[in-house]
Amino acid sequence: MSNVTLRHITKRFKDVTALDDVSFDIKDGEFFVLLGHTGAGKTTTLRVIAGLERQDAGDVLFDDEAVNTFAPADRDIAFVFQQYSLYPNMTVFDNLAFPLRSPLRKAPAAEIQTRVTEVAEKLRITHLLDRKTAKLSGGEMQRVSIGRAIVRQPRIYLMDEPLSNLDAKLREALRIELQHLQKVEGSTTLFVTHDQIEALTMADRIAVLNAGRIVQIGTPYDIYDRPATTFVAQLVGIPRINLLEATRENGTLYVPDSTVRLAIPPGKALPETFLLGIRPEDVRLASDGPLQGEVALTEPLGVETVIHIRSGKHTLLSIVPGITDLKIGDPIAFDITQDRLHTFDLNGDRVGE
Amino acid sequence: MATIELIKVEKKFGDLHAVKPMDLTIHDGEFVVLLGPSGCGKTTTLRMISGLEAVTGGQILLNQRDVTWEKPSERDIAFVFQFFALYSHMTARQNIAFPLQAEGEKREVIRQRVEEVSRLLRMEHVLDVRPGQLSGGDQQRVALARALVRRPAAFLMDEPLGALDADFRETMRAEIKRLHIDQHATTVYVTHDQIEAMAMGDRIVVMSDAVVQQVSTPAQVYHDPANLFVARFIGSPGMNLVQGRYAQGALHLADGAAYTVPDEWVPSLNAATGGDGDLILGFRPEAAVVGPESQIPARVYAADLHGGYTMLHLELDPDTIIHARTTREAQYPINTPVRFDLNPSMVRFFDPATEAAISPEVRA
Repeated sequence: MSNVTLRHITKRFKDVTALDDVSFDIKDGEFFVLLGHTGAGKTTTLRVIAGLERQDAGDVLFDDEAVNTFAPADRDIAFVFQQYSLYPNMTVFDNLAFPLRSPLRKAPAAEIQTRVTEVAEKLRITHLLDRKTAKLSGGEMQRVSIGRAIVRQPRIYLMDEPLSNLDAKLREALRIELQHLQKVEGSTTLFVTHDQIEALTMADRIAVLNAGRIVQIGTPYDIYDRPATTFVAQLVGIPRINLLEATRENGTLYVPDSTVRLAIPPGKALPETFLLGIRPEDVRLASDGPLQGEVALTEPLGVETVIHIRSGKHTLLSIVPGITDLKIGDPIAFDITQDRLHTFDLNGDRVGE
Repeated sequence: MATIELIKVEKKFGDLHAVKPMDLTIHDGEFVVLLGPSGCGKTTTLRMISGLEAVTGGQILLNQRDVTWEKPSERDIAFVFQFFALYSHMTARQNIAFPLQAEGEKREVIRQRVEEVSRLLRMEHVLDVRPGQLSGGDQQRVALARALVRRPAAFLMDEPLGALDADFRETMRAEIKRLHIDQHATTVYVTHDQIEAMAMGDRIVVMSDAVVQQVSTPAQVYHDPANLFVARFIGSPGMNLVQGRYAQGALHLADGAAYTVPDEWVPSLNAATGGDGDLILGFRPEAAVVGPESQIPARVYAADLHGGYTMLHLELDPDTIIHARTTREAQYPINTPVRFDLNPSMVRFFDPATEAAISPEVRA
């Protein structure tokens, strides 16, 4: 497999700039996720790498060699789409064998047999090999689609929201298998999704895309723990990060119209007014906590409960383990984990590092 | 305010049951969620309560009054759909006022009630905007306001958040719950989303294949599922379920490992198996605790960060992967051998033949 590099890629459709100076580098064997909302430019990026779309500026490099002029077929990539594009009248075996039988490759029958059997075992679809794909469930079809991509060893796998059409339980099961498979095989993968959980859980590194621009590139820990902008901070994490306007006052950090007043951590340079981000798990209930509030709502989710804490005019979300006895209107004391505060300027850029 | 009773209510299409005979009492002021996958009969049940769908058997009582054959308009119930169904040529204010105007309510009363309800939903600023100019969340607020303004005895809601994107859904989920707490109107809410059901419901009615599987509080459906369906359906991921053979106080798993069952379970498991038989062990991901001296061996299949915590996926044998919740600091490369134990108070057992939960108490 290969390193894939995008260098200053710009792509316009008439007056609309779909990709604006996009650069990143996918390392050999890396699981790289592009995360963003619908219309952010994720699929366009994939299509530019695949050669299905020609960029207006910039270079696509495979192992440091520019492939800008290569036709899609010559780039040696494998694509998995959100919609399964299988041949309904062929068996699962023939669908899996198809890329190996293509005129470009013409693999010998014995090799095809071995490769298809191997892939079917990895994806747990051996029992389906003789079935026609039209008779399969959605989850089975998507397994076959993934199988058809990995039956070859292309230079990179490009996956465009392959799990989005599956129901929640199936999505989760297939996600875990895909993750395992990618790590064991060490395959270079670019995976596109709008689902922050998919991005956090699967990626070695994530690139967050917003309106055609890269906002941040980092490991899931980087993205979650040190979001570069309020956009990224709000994009990852369920429930969403608490974001409050705060001011600096005599060495303390103060959220107007609330009870939140904290010491400014040493060495943190902050503007006069800024945005304070606090993840719900960092709002901790503590009977001796220095901050006061009132329970506005509780949402038991089983493993944990989301508590809405009313503090002055603001509401803070907190997560506590298990199911609580707290009732609406109960007074509550809480604390905020000081070393996990996020601060942004009023434009939304991270400050105070 | 309203109490709703369903007595042997059923719905058949030809020979096919959309809803098998069910009994359910929804108390005054209660928020009850009908939860299940598509095709389970939850929406049909809601439509029968509203009168949009006729029952093929049984009775529906509203405040002890038999309304089984009354028209929807005679039932004093408001319906909120997944799709907003707003009048596009009217402003939000006109949309909200519409049901009161249709009833011939006085102008002054209408003005007051519309203002009240829009304050409640924090939407005063969008009252003069037409639905086409509003976000999905605000459109759903208008639809809710229009239902609320009539002050009906009960609300029926059919996946009202289904058409919203994830961010809005979370916000609106809390708003609807908050609204219910303030108003205390009897509410029946249909969803396929177990998180929504858990977060919002006073009680959850879990349905599958036209049959009610369990009616309980969120805590009970989560910790004490009545059967394997509920155990799998509730939770993200669902309950871990591991097949084994029980004998003499231990469950023997597929790969030869044995799990010593907590003492308090031994009598009931002896009774359920006759001392020796197949069982399914169930436990939630947070019940599994990884430690070097632990009982059950496994291999790391995958490990992933969910933000505030890490989920470990452990392979017990080639056909069984279980999920264990652990701290975000934990690092476990794929294929690392690990061992884990189970929090004894969070262990459950199921009968593989009936799929029903086994009670920890031995019945005499």
